[in-house]
Amino acid sequence: MKNGVNGVALGVFIFFFLAVTVVGFLAARWRKAENEHSLDEWGLGGRSFGTWVTWFLLGGDLYTAYTFVAVPAAIYAAGAAGFFAVPYTILVYPLIFTFLPRLWSVSHRHGYVTTSDFVRGRFGSKGLSLAVAVTGILATMPYIALQLVGIQAVLDVMGVGGGENTNWFVKDLPLLIAFGVLAAYTYSSGLRAPALIAFVKDTLIYIVIAVAIIYIPIKLGGFDEIFTKASHALAQTSPLTGKPRGALVPPQAGQWTYATLALGSALALFMYPHSVTATLSSRSREVIRRNTTILPLYSLMLGLLALLGFMATAAGVKVQNGQLAIPQLFENMFPDWFAGVAFAAIGIGALVPAAIMSIAAANLFTRNIYKEFLKPDATAQQETRVSKTVSLLVKVGALVFVLTMDKTVAINFQLLGGIWILQTFPALVGGLFTRWFHRWALLAGWAVGMAYGTLAAYGVASPTQKHFGGSAKEIPGIGEIGYIGLTAFVLNVVVTVVLTLVLKAVKAPEGVDETKPEDYTADAGDPGVQVELPPATAGASH
Amino acid sequence: MSNQSDVTGDALVTPVRVVIALCLVAPFVAMLWVGSYAKPDPAFIGIPFFYWYQMLWVLISTALTMTAYKLWQRDQRARAGKKGGASE
Repeated sequence: MKNGVNGVALGVFIFFFLAVTVVGFLAARWRKAENEHSLDEWGLGGRSFGTWVTWFLLGGDLYTAYTFVAVPAAIYAAGAAGFFAVPYTILVYPLIFTFLPRLWSVSHRHGYVTTSDFVRGRFGSKGLSLAVAVTGILATMPYIALQLVGIQAVLDVMGVGGGENTNWFVKDLPLLIAFGVLAAYTYSSGLRAPALIAFVKDTLIYIVIAVAIIYIPIKLGGFDEIFTKASHALAQTSPLTGKPRGALVPPQAGQWTYATLALGSALALFMYPHSVTATLSSRSREVIRRNTTILPLYSLMLGLLALLGFMATAAGVKVQNGQLAIPQLFENMFPDWFAGVAFAAIGIGALVPAAIMSIAAANLFTRNIYKEFLKPDATAQQETRVSKTVSLLVKVGALVFVLTMDKTVAINFQLLGGIWILQTFPALVGGLFTRWFHRWALLAGWAVGMAYGTLAAYGVASPTQKHFGGSAKEIPGIGEIGYIGLTAFVLNVVVTVVLTLVLKAVKAPEGVDETKPEDYTADAGDPGVQVELPPATAGASH
Repeated sequence: MSNQSDVTGDALVTPVRVVIALCLVAPFVAMLWVGSYAKPDPAFIGIPFFYWYQMLWVLISTALTMTAYKLWQRDQRARAGKKGGASE
């Protein structure tokens, strides 16, 4: 790694950063509604986004800076195993095609802002709704922290992250500034800020990937050369495990892991609060269905990006911390000014999801903890104020997390977060299609899934870590190595089904369902559906 | 996750809906059957089969989801027409 600050790259980076800051603050005026103090306005952008805004917003939201850094980093470290991100994002879209429009419709009818709102309305259970809300917040926090890790990686490579022996304040100052700015415009503009900034982010990312995927292979002598070199490098024995580092193609033993990781992650993605927030901000049911057909463009980009991991190997990039592999590759390969553009793309790529995630977590807290348990008679204005404040606290929490703890802690928690959030699937998606499941059974299933997932992940050791060393473990009864989250999910479903049968047999109270079958298929413009919804709180007078 | 599980009480399984379900299920079969594509050859411009095949599936699954979307739209319109406005 070069020493000293890369001035040109840093200059370009700062230019883009300032530009998006201006955009972020101006966003408050974009498509402003009269009722600006409702949570629908601040937290869902007025539920007004069309196909393209939703596409950029969801893309900016799901494909985070951490994704851009971590996916190629995984390929760089272990080869084929890291490529599961591609089948994972392929499977997401046919999956959400089936249930997301229903979620949109029922939320639109009843003014739901979060998934917990829906679970509460569907099953009439405060406990289940709280479980979903807490899981959502817990899973989102480390995810925000990881966005910071992404920015840090870029700052490090540009030489402004400081070395090991720099004063901590100087070292972390750039990160503090970046986050201060992010917090300020999220606070003032709500979801509109990331929606607008996502345009800048995605444009930059697409340009960088397009250039990288053509320019770097030419410099390295073509894909043949890249994969030959990479396969040699992967075949070398790792000093930590005594086995080869990885392979170009997953061996027989790794195929279950590959498939279960892809499936489990695909099931989990739209359980995350930030995905749902971006979904509910869209204008109509059709916007969502249409988006499932155009969002895969991002998957293609992700696949190309993953190949950069091999290019880093072939280019002889040597980094201690795998997260730095791709930023370092850019620094080595690109002229300084374009490296600056690439770094800006990653940096801004962190800001967009961090903003949406903090808004989503704040909405969950406000709607399903504050209003539900602390202040049931909160007005729309109070809700919005609490949400804004909580979005700040969430970000400060993430910042403290990253600055005080080792990076691996954030990564461990994010791994756990994925396992946890998947356990809300039966209540949410099950609930969208049927009322057959019993609310207490769902709660019990959730608890079993959470407990198993956490314990199993705790027990996974890696050469560098005693606990949380990975997300795959032997599946009980099958004997293959599979994704813990998916195993926990299967247990969850089994417990839920068995207990539902038992509870129905003893006629346990079912709870009140405030939704009707036609709510799940309503679209904007249908008879009886208002195009403009009343503010969230008006719909929440139940 | 199939469309047949909709809880509306209509006659739900029609040939068109079976096709929609197949379009949506196909990527799962293709991607989860890792053994079918975990091999390096044939390579394409130097990229091992394992990688280009999965990237190709991004395009295939997009086409399939798009087909499902179009068929679904048509199905809904036909039903709405029959029932006089109220969609499924």
